[in-house]
Amino acid sequence: MDNKEIIRLTALELSRKIEGGELTSRQVTDAFIERIEQVEPQVHAFIVTTFDEARKTADEIDKKRQDGEKLHPLAGVPIAIKDVVVTKGIQTTAGSKMLEGWIPPYDASLVVKIKEIGMPILGKTNMDEFAMGSSTEHSAYGKTCNPWDLDRIPGGSGGGSAAAVAAFEAPLAIGTDTGGSIRQPAAVTGTVGAKPTYGYVSRYGLVALSSSLDQAGPCSRTVIDSALLQDVIQGPDYHDSTSQLSSEVTAENSNYQAALEGLRIGSENDGLKGVKVGVVKQMQEGFAPEVFARFQEEIEALEEKGAEIIEVDCPHFEYALGAYYLIMPSEASSNLARFDGMRYGQRVDGASSDEMMANTRGAMFGEEVKRRILLGTYALSAGYYDAYYGSAQKVRTLIQKDFAEAFAKVDFIATPTAPTVAFKFGEKIDDPLAMYMNDIATIPANLAGIPGLSLPSGLAEEGLPAGIQILVPAKSDDKMYKFAAAIEAMTDKLPEPKGLEK
Amino acid sequence: MADKLLGYEEAIKKYDPTFGIEVHVELATKTKMFCPAPNPAYDNNLENLTHPNTMLTPVSLGLPGALPVLNKQAVEYAIKIGLALNCEIAEKSVFSRKNYFYPDMTKNFQTSQYDLPTCINGYVDVELDDGEVFRVDIERAHLEEDAGKNNHVGGAEGRIQGADHSLVDYNRAGVPLIEIVTRPVFNTGKRAPEVAAAYVRTLRDIFKAIGVSNAQMERGNVRADVNLSLAPAGSGKLGTRTETKNVNSFSAIEAAAKYEIRRQGAVLDSGADVFQETRMWHEASNDTSSGRPKSDADDYRYFPEPDLMPLYISREKVEEVRATLPELPQAKRNRLKEEYGFKPLEMRDVINAEALNIIEDTVKKGATPQGARKWWMNEALEESRKAWNEGQEPTITPDQIAAMDKLVQEGKINDKIARQVLDAMIQGEGDDPAKIVADKGLEVVNDDGALIAAIQEAFAKMPKAKTDIAGGNQGAAGPIIGMVMKATGGQADGKRVRELILEEAAK
Repeated sequence: MDNKEIIRLTALELSRKIEGGELTSRQVTDAFIERIEQVEPQVHAFIVTTFDEARKTADEIDKKRQDGEKLHPLAGVPIAIKDVVVTKGIQTTAGSKMLEGWIPPYDASLVVKIKEIGMPILGKTNMDEFAMGSSTEHSAYGKTCNPWDLDRIPGGSGGGSAAAVAAFEAPLAIGTDTGGSIRQPAAVTGTVGAKPTYGYVSRYGLVALSSSLDQAGPCSRTVIDSALLQDVIQGPDYHDSTSQLSSEVTAENSNYQAALEGLRIGSENDGLKGVKVGVVKQMQEGFAPEVFARFQEEIEALEEKGAEIIEVDCPHFEYALGAYYLIMPSEASSNLARFDGMRYGQRVDGASSDEMMANTRGAMFGEEVKRRILLGTYALSAGYYDAYYGSAQKVRTLIQKDFAEAFAKVDFIATPTAPTVAFKFGEKIDDPLAMYMNDIATIPANLAGIPGLSLPSGLAEEGLPAGIQILVPAKSDDKMYKFAAAIEAMTDKLPEPKGLEK
Repeated sequence: MADKLLGYEEAIKKYDPTFGIEVHVELATKTKMFCPAPNPAYDNNLENLTHPNTMLTPVSLGLPGALPVLNKQAVEYAIKIGLALNCEIAEKSVFSRKNYFYPDMTKNFQTSQYDLPTCINGYVDVELDDGEVFRVDIERAHLEEDAGKNNHVGGAEGRIQGADHSLVDYNRAGVPLIEIVTRPVFNTGKRAPEVAAAYVRTLRDIFKAIGVSNAQMERGNVRADVNLSLAPAGSGKLGTRTETKNVNSFSAIEAAAKYEIRRQGAVLDSGADVFQETRMWHEASNDTSSGRPKSDADDYRYFPEPDLMPLYISREKVEEVRATLPELPQAKRNRLKEEYGFKPLEMRDVINAEALNIIEDTVKKGATPQGARKWWMNEALEESRKAWNEGQEPTITPDQIAAMDKLVQEGKINDKIARQVLDAMIQGEGDDPAKIVADKGLEVVNDDGALIAAIQEAFAKMPKAKTDIAGGNQGAAGPIIGMVMKATGGQADGKRVRELILEEAAK
């Protein structure tokens, strides 16, 4: 099997071939490294690559397999990690100049899990600075290009992870999703991305944007690959007080088993019979025509398979974006206060500590970061707190209520993921409000803490991919993978991204 | 420029002082508030053995991605303190972020309870030297984390003025603290400074008794900020307050309160307004100086800490903790005063010398209360007493004092010999009083024959004394006793000598 074929295999296929001895982890890892070296000049999905470490891990896994050790199915399958995730000994910048050269002394809890099972880490992927953005144009390390059209954005903030997976630079990647940073890039790159239930994946070691919204999750090219990866990274963690919702993954509750079941019911003619699918009344407008058409076609296909389509009313969704842009900047203004030049990262000197801090923050934070710090600082100020942060928290409760009422009637909710296909570089960079609208369909899940997944729904405007989003109640991640896999099974497979040579 | 001061009596005549105190106590948990880094306040000796910036984890250093996890022991200590201060223990309390930039803050926000603290609405009764009791109401006691320490290098006394650079030690960052805030204390009149100092001392004694802190003022385990204001006498109004920081001893609290009463009195007398500000206490010059202006509108942009869940404390847990509370200092004082029969003045001296606990321990080990009191109040044992109070190995232990006191009670030695035995132990000549007595031949002379011989010898020299005593004048025995004691090198049992003199005189 040549390298071109290897890199086009899914994580599950790679896992089976490595387990079966048909491929070694080293072969697979080298194939992806070769691909990265080949396409990175065009895509620029990575801030740093860690090929030596990846090869070392691959060799260790191959040795263990030779010795007959029992290994995890994903052992030896390479992965890319968003640069917002802290990695011991590997520069972690969160896309910011502020952290240029910072080598963390510890691993994020999810990285510990990835290392424990022996997945070679290929490198750290590009992102909007401190995960603030929907285009990856706000990275201090240059833009990442969409493999479908190199003049277009790969989504954001996790554009690097999505582009790497779409460009066959990695079979799997880790993203983080505060308002859609996994799902929106997945939609515009024709890949799969999932935000787990809040608390399912430990946040220990994620450079925090908005603590009550942040959640790490998988990026892949198939639903079952994301399910496999979430099974690896989810689980309660002593280091994260908010991780208490999750439970250990067992054979019975694994997302992988659920996805297998979904693939089965999606391929059978009457497998989806009786499943109740919610379509949100408030999410019928504001989408590009073809993006919405692909979504409608999915809904019609579901109906043909025997699913019951029910319109659900979520009256408070209209306030979601407003609430989000109060809560997220408020928490971010506090979370980012620690970047002051005192202890790590970059420093710009001054005559006093106050001056040094101000100089450092002034020089090292990008415009979007400063904008959100200002917004958040204002929203938390005495006299404004109740009107802004306080009200936003109330909206949050109302959105949870909307979801609760909807899920009393339906098994899952489907929406288009992003309002448009990938837009061109520079198109929205000077219009923050237009940029923020990208997350209109993904934000409610973060505010409510429920899981959400985006998978391709087909090609829309300009022949570029669009996504469909599946939402389920909190702690039903397995159901999300089941329904997503069922939809994947009944949807035509996308062609390869057309922006890159083979 | 030196502050203008009014005479204290004059100030008190014209103005009514109102004060409030914030006390921070470092909890002696093994690890820090939100991470498993060792807590320097667990053992005060630890700090000296450790280099700067070594008692850290990613959490206490505020590294990107690090998250707090609440220390269960710290919560139990908070409940203990709350119960000891007669507080209600809230079923739900919430940690918030207090946002402000300072180099000693690793995250540039302090995680602290804010509008929903764990302990609310308590009080503590404060007894002054003369037995008068004042009740101080406590508004709240909340959990929070400490910051690191800035060390300014190159200036005088480590102060920032004139320093050419600063170093930051984050070892203290994340040490669990309880902040205890009083309600304004009115109507203490001229005793306000005494009540303020006695209040902090009362808290300190409680912290020690319930074992939540090493509670050493001089080590910064307990820190007090004194808020004080004056209003025209009898007006019933509240004046503008100042907050004096850096007051690190009981005497400093009293002196700082007195100083502020005199200073604010002079300001008001001049027709000016007191400026609301933070002032620093200077131990060396016994005065305060202006710090930074403090407005009630300081905006810390508090919001609930999203990285921590609300803290729910079950009523069962409260009762469980209550059951572990030992007898509190005030109750213990009252009980022991009764049990030991100490006179009020004796009791006051014992309390002021912080000797009650060591006396109790010594009595438990077999000493008489008066014996234990007498020895531990002795200057020669001050060092040992202090060491024992601080949990260190004292030169002389309660066991030794108890053993020595027993020898006295059994009549084997007298006080004078006991003092010699004590000196020998302090000099390191031995640990066991009985053995020292035996080795040095210090035992009192119990041989009646030898004593009678000495008495007869003395009578021979002073025949008149013999007839006087026989005639009923017991006072005449004094010189004879003196002569016998001299003859026996002080090792005679005075009581026995007196008995024998009476017998011999009657013969």
